[in-house]
Amino acid sequence: MTVTTSNPEVLSELDRPNSYIGKSVPRPNLERLMQGRGLYVSDMELPRMGHVVFLRSPHAHAKIAGIDAAAARSVPGVIAVVTGKELAAVITPWVGVLSHLKGLKSAPQHAIAIGRVCWQGEAVAAIVATSRAVAEDAAEIVRVDYEELEAVTDMRTALDPATPVIHPSLGDNLAFERNLDAGEVDAAFAGSDAVVEADFIFGRHTGVTLEPRSVVADWNAAEVRLTIYQGTQAPHMVQNLAALHLGLSESQVRVVCKDVGGSFGIKVHLYADEMATYALSKLLRRPIKFVADRVESFNTDIHARDHRCLGRIGVRRDGVITAFEIDDLTGIGPYSMYPRTSAIEANQVVNLVGGPYVTKNYRARTRVVLQNKNVMCQYRAVGHPIACSVTEGLVDLAAAKIGMDPVEIRRRNLIADNAYPCASPSGLRFELLSHHAAMNKLMTMMDYDALRAEQAALRSKGIHRGIGIASFIEVTNPSAAFYGVGGAKISSQDGVAVRLDAQGSVICQTSITEQGQGSESLTAQIVGSVLGVSMERVRVILGDTDNTPYGGGTWASRGAGIGGEAALQAAKVLRRNILDVAAAILQSSSAELDIADNAIVNAGDGASRMELRELARIVYFRPDTLPPGVQPELMATRHFVPREYPFAFTNGVQASWLEVDTDTGFVKLLRHWVVEDCGTLINPQLVDEQIRGGVVQGLGAALFEKCAYDERGQLTNANMADYLVPMSGEMPDIDVGHVVSPTAETELGAKGAGEAGTAGAAAAVANAVNDALRPFGAVITEIPLTPQTILTALGRI
Amino acid sequence: MKAAAFAYARATSVMNALELLGAHGDRAKVLSGGQSLMPAMNLRLISPELIIDIGELAELRGIAVSGSIIRIGALTRHVDLLKSPDIAAHAPLLTEAIAHVAHPAIRNRGTIGGSLAHADPASELPACMVALNATIIVRGQGGERRVAAEDFFKGIYETDLSAQELLISVELPVAGKNSRHFFHEFARRHGDYAIAGLAAQAIVEKDAFTDLRLVFFAVGDRPVLARAATNLVNVTITPPVLATASAALGEDLDPQDDQQASASMRRHLAKVLLARGASALLGRPDLNAGGRA
Ligand SMILES: Cc1cc2nc3c(=O)[nH]c(=O)nc-3n(C[C@H](O)[C@H](O)[C@H](O)COP(=O)(O)OP(=O)(O)OC[C@H]3O[C@@H](n4cnc5c(N)ncnc54)[C@H](O)[C@@H]3O)c2cc1C
Repeated sequence: MTVTTSNPEVLSELDRPNSYIGKSVPRPNLERLMQGRGLYVSDMELPRMGHVVFLRSPHAHAKIAGIDAAAARSVPGVIAVVTGKELAAVITPWVGVLSHLKGLKSAPQHAIAIGRVCWQGEAVAAIVATSRAVAEDAAEIVRVDYEELEAVTDMRTALDPATPVIHPSLGDNLAFERNLDAGEVDAAFAGSDAVVEADFIFGRHTGVTLEPRSVVADWNAAEVRLTIYQGTQAPHMVQNLAALHLGLSESQVRVVCKDVGGSFGIKVHLYADEMATYALSKLLRRPIKFVADRVESFNTDIHARDHRCLGRIGVRRDGVITAFEIDDLTGIGPYSMYPRTSAIEANQVVNLVGGPYVTKNYRARTRVVLQNKNVMCQYRAVGHPIACSVTEGLVDLAAAKIGMDPVEIRRRNLIADNAYPCASPSGLRFELLSHHAAMNKLMTMMDYDALRAEQAALRSKGIHRGIGIASFIEVTNPSAAFYGVGGAKISSQDGVAVRLDAQGSVICQTSITEQGQGSESLTAQIVGSVLGVSMERVRVILGDTDNTPYGGGTWASRGAGIGGEAALQAAKVLRRNILDVAAAILQSSSAELDIADNAIVNAGDGASRMELRELARIVYFRPDTLPPGVQPELMATRHFVPREYPFAFTNGVQASWLEVDTDTGFVKLLRHWVVEDCGTLINPQLVDEQIRGGVVQGLGAALFEKCAYDERGQLTNANMADYLVPMSGEMPDIDVGHVVSPTAETELGAKGAGEAGTAGAAAAVANAVNDALRPFGAVITEIPLTPQTILTALGRI
Repeated sequence: MKAAAFAYARATSVMNALELLGAHGDRAKVLSGGQSLMPAMNLRLISPELIIDIGELAELRGIAVSGSIIRIGALTRHVDLLKSPDIAAHAPLLTEAIAHVAHPAIRNRGTIGGSLAHADPASELPACMVALNATIIVRGQGGERRVAAEDFFKGIYETDLSAQELLISVELPVAGKNSRHFFHEFARRHGDYAIAGLAAQAIVEKDAFTDLRLVFFAVGDRPVLARAATNLVNVTITPPVLATASAALGEDLDPQDDQQASASMRRHLAKVLLARGASALLGRPDLNAGGRA
């Protein structure tokens, strides 16, 4: 890892002796996880707990003419078989729309289908039994009488008059459309030396979390209260919506979320089967456990991407890009997902295309259509990989057309590093980005010129290697502009409470959550640094709506930037309070004192005056010895939400170096580089891990992952043998470098880093493959780039 | 994803296992490493009434060389093959091939008997058995049969084994003088089943093949011993000779379309393997025209 700081003045509160900021300290939760003491919902057992299995539709679209569960009900160990109609007595349906996405429409969705199923995998009945195995036995003998209906599967014909309308009440299959026209696009194309067009196709794929979605819902009739144990990214959102649809107040719902086996955006939504599990617990008055198995994970975890985007770029002979234009189409399944909706990805594509570049001429249309496939929604780097692949693919095509080096054309068009603040054609406001610094750094890291020379030398020996470059921007730290303004009860603020215990240790409760990103670590690092307390003495509590401040959770690269700032501010208050008490005890002034190494010290010479432990003892047990009138306050809470900028944009650039076997179509990834700018690096190792993990997911999209549906709406590869996740054997070394442009919106200065890797990896790979294939005149703008696709493009098969 | 209920018996001897098989026939399944059986049961693709666990039958385990024959017990695990100096010395094709079978966790449990009885057409070991001219030894209550590997594999997951028989061991001839081998497969990821593969065993004398067994896998319903190899034996291999063999190979094969590759892609990849195999076996880089021949 290498770091370049574009703004060397770092904040004072954190830049203290023994500060943990900027240090790769190990995560405090590692030991717990490594010793198998994590608390995953899938491992939970409660007394009287029933296990639910959902019987799922084998058809993409069918009328449910009847359900006969008599035989299943009499299987020993079966507690209940519940249909959608029966469950509707305790839970109301929902509609996944938001008011700021104008015109977005969807139909009411039930926890369990009533009367009709709209995708293969939709639940038609719940079988609750004393074990999952018994419930599966019983599920096999529930007889459902289906009358198959015509399935709408191809997004390209979803809007044709001849295509059936999935929800007649909506009038058509168009869920959402957005048009944007900025600058003078037609004139710009007319004034270009070349206009290049390409159809970009993105496979549907999904997150594949190691631990599938898991819920234990425990309705306590005596307390009239529901406790939900769930692997989720947003406990307060779950609390709000569970209460809303079960007819409860939020105070009657507690959501507990301890360790989570991966999320990637899969676990930031509310799924019908999860809602059904809460409702079943209330209906049956006992704890109910639902753990999705791998097949149902593929059939019901949200899918993502699946876009077809026609893109155009205009360019002048001198390399100046004159305009971008896109016409994007995506199919999202039969319902817009709840509560974040399934229009956000398409909306992001419109927002982000052309984002790194200067041109103001940009026209876009996106259409979001309904279809009889599994639901699609937000997954890591929402919309970014599509926008980046389209933009960067077009830039490379333009460069090839005018015979310019791909790096040179970018240098001529990337927004200058001193041009900030500024805005994109779609109105996104950029506070401070560093495209050129990042590109310069990348060139050094990869030794671009040497690599080009190597490429040329190998080409003459029949070895075809390619270099692909992709600049990107990334939305992080979202304010209420993302969801709140549209009416979603999803908090964009987060809170942190810190307190000193009676032995001088610190307990810190935060509303952000941990799914492996390092939320616990970064919170402890910030709190420890500000307070002058060593990290082992900071205990972080998260994932419990009864025991943390109210907040959004961890998604959209927001945990560090928003939750981290709340931690910083809360710790500052506590520090002041501690110093006030210390001053009273030591007959000094707080300005003359400081906290370092778990002790009150002289600010001037650093001499130790009193252990924090001793201060805590006095405050809690001998307040009678304090000067008159002193009322110590050793707990502090602060909340934070970005108010200046709707989003803290980050930027970066990725590069891929790979070899294409032109006889077989196989691609070997040789090396991958990322330079990113997420502002202040709290823990460089955690950032690098986020970047690498994100890149791997992007590489999966580029080469391997695809939910393969047939024309009848059947998912044909819903297993780990046929759905190819990227594995370590195929991954290249990934070098990560940083440019640091802190956001001035917070004292911490941190922006998000969770999605940057995913945003640009596929674009870099696709560009590299096309670079390798250039001598053959083949251009491929479809991912995943399978050997079959490549051989076909080469005309070999 | 839980298996349906089943009865379980741990066989105490080969005879005991055969009695159980005799009594339950195709309602029972033999359990070796469980790496193919258990996933199928958990997905409820099969629901046997009885599982006969042969895992404790030490007599079915182990590798022994006597004279010109290597005998490998059915329960010999993939990892044992991988690490065996005897296999490396006398059947190096297997050592090379086995590294392509799945991942360490699976190789630690999966067995050669299970792999051959399972007879996945994309599997490496069945192809190697055909390439190596192995004899497969099966036993029923009525006694033992010896089946040439070439005759053992009958189709997708289909073999010459009856529901009452147990695969006991395989016997391979020790690799002789001048023998050479080639193994390569195209798989989307390390450890995946191949989308096309070649296991080849040859005898090379004076820069020519005097014997050549080219066995392609994942390109048909069973390992395919290519007749096209005859074009390459006892002749001086030139690009036109190879092209003739390649064309003949195209005729030999009748691959399937599936998720990973179309039939024409599989045929193409098989031709690439032929060229690369011939080139490697003879040490002639000039022959590797990448299937373009
Ligand atoms: C993720 C994964 C990846 C894999 N990748 C590959 C791969 O790339 N290549 C490959 O070849 N294999 C692969 N496998 C399969 C693996 O090699 C198995 O070990 C092998 O196919 C079966 O061996 P087993 O001992 O586990 O048999 P089991 O699963 O125990 O049995 C398989 C079948 O054979 C029968 N059987 C077992 N032993 C006998 C016997 N002695 N006599 C009669 N019948 C018997 C069983 O009844 C059953 O029907 C993979 C498996 C997994 C889980």
